[in-house]
Amino acid sequence: MTVTHVVFFLMAAFTVGASLLVVLAKNIVHCAIALVFAFFGVAALFVLLDAEFLAAAQVLLYVGGITILLLFAIMLTSRISAGGVKIMNEQVGISAVVVLAIVGLLAYANLKGFPALVPPLTMADNTASIGKLLLTTYVLPFEVVSLLLLAAMVGAIILARREREKD
Amino acid sequence: MEGLTESFYNTFEAWGLPLFVPQLIVMLAVATAVLIFTAVSVMFMVWWERKISAHIQVRFGPMRVGGWHGWAQSIADGLKLLLKEDIIPAGADRLVFALAPMVVFAASLAAFVIIPFGPGLIAGDLNIGVLFYISISSLTVVGIIMAGWSSNNKYSVLGAIRSAAQAVSYEVPLVLSVIGVIMTVGSMSMTRIVEAQEGMWFVVPQLLGFLIYLTAAIAECNRTPFDIPEAESELVAGFHVEYSGMRFAIFFLAEYANMFVVSAIATTLFLGGWHGPLLPGWLWFLLKTYFIIFVMMWLRWTLARLRVDQLMNLGWKFLLPLALLNMGITGLILVLKDY
Repeated sequence: MTVTHVVFFLMAAFTVGASLLVVLAKNIVHCAIALVFAFFGVAALFVLLDAEFLAAAQVLLYVGGITILLLFAIMLTSRISAGGVKIMNEQVGISAVVVLAIVGLLAYANLKGFPALVPPLTMADNTASIGKLLLTTYVLPFEVVSLLLLAAMVGAIILARREREKD
Repeated sequence: MEGLTESFYNTFEAWGLPLFVPQLIVMLAVATAVLIFTAVSVMFMVWWERKISAHIQVRFGPMRVGGWHGWAQSIADGLKLLLKEDIIPAGADRLVFALAPMVVFAASLAAFVIIPFGPGLIAGDLNIGVLFYISISSLTVVGIIMAGWSSNNKYSVLGAIRSAAQAVSYEVPLVLSVIGVIMTVGSMSMTRIVEAQEGMWFVVPQLLGFLIYLTAAIAECNRTPFDIPEAESELVAGFHVEYSGMRFAIFFLAEYANMFVVSAIATTLFLGGWHGPLLPGWLWFLLKTYFIIFVMMWLRWTLARLRVDQLMNLGWKFLLPLALLNMGITGLILVLKDY
């Protein structure tokens, strides 16, 4: 048992705990804050898998970007943050089916063993490899995604503008 | 260092303990060393800032505690803050309120992992070095929002929202200003970046990047002229209005530690890190870092605070295009150099 194992079990427990809090916390701001910790735990698991770039991107985008915007939106709608919100809705049954399906899939994959899913890493610096692959082999999908994000950004700006004109 | 930890591991193996015990002990030792360094450095910086501000305003600043120019003032203040009563406001969200300063401080402290104080004097030479700092620093904003919201005070919420908006806006030019250096070196490892500056510091070819970085970094630290998140005259103190005693001290510690980190990274990326004649590497590194800290303090006591709209205009309409320009020019030069 090395320190990697200790860290893995600590971070796994941390991530699961935080995720549970995301779903079960009564206060929606608590949910959002727990989400930050859940994302952080996932990033730590990425580090243990030698996927440093993915971990850094995870923290930068999800913790630094998305959850902050989420918290922002929640804080600006103070009526929700004041009291408790309903944490269950009518979709409990469907979600249970989805969760069971995913658990089954994961259990099956685990029993089969992961080698087919995750080939062992051979390169020394996978950050550089990701960069090279994104700009050579996968340059077309990469550019398409960039264009899509740009369109989304322009769309968001137009939506925000229109609202202001109405006022 | 390597040999020392190796023999340390072997001793524990001889005792029949699992490997993670000595590994954890080494980690704790390094973390404690960083923590002590941070605390001492911050106490010095607080005293230094008070002296600089005083001299800029033609005063003396602290002169009595400790004898020589009031050098012990920060220690006395620190002790006072430690001994004060721990107050949590009645309407506050207790758990989040208690957690917020820790998140902010943890984010500042984690950034010390990638600071190369000298050749080999680095806690972890990650191959994503710069990116690690950029991503971990975004955690600070989460802590600030937690503090602002949990205080249940309108001023704190306003300060927190301003801080989030500012940090999100200035993170973009900050990241883009650093990319010029990364493109030139071809690596994000802090050690490799310093080694690449053997002949010439990157501040010369990347002057534009350096200036953008410095501006954005000051904004990230929430310091004047970008201190609207805690503007005393309009928001009392922003997100930490309700904090006092030890918890306030942690915020204070984190703020100054953040300043140190930002300056150390500027030194690494643009000022040649540990390179310099005669003096040992770590001393050069500290001298350059403290010089940038001095510049930040100098700016703080010279410039007036920006308005919110001016702040946003500067970030998005001025710094961002300039940073993109810097990136484009760097790329063009790199490509042309190959031909």
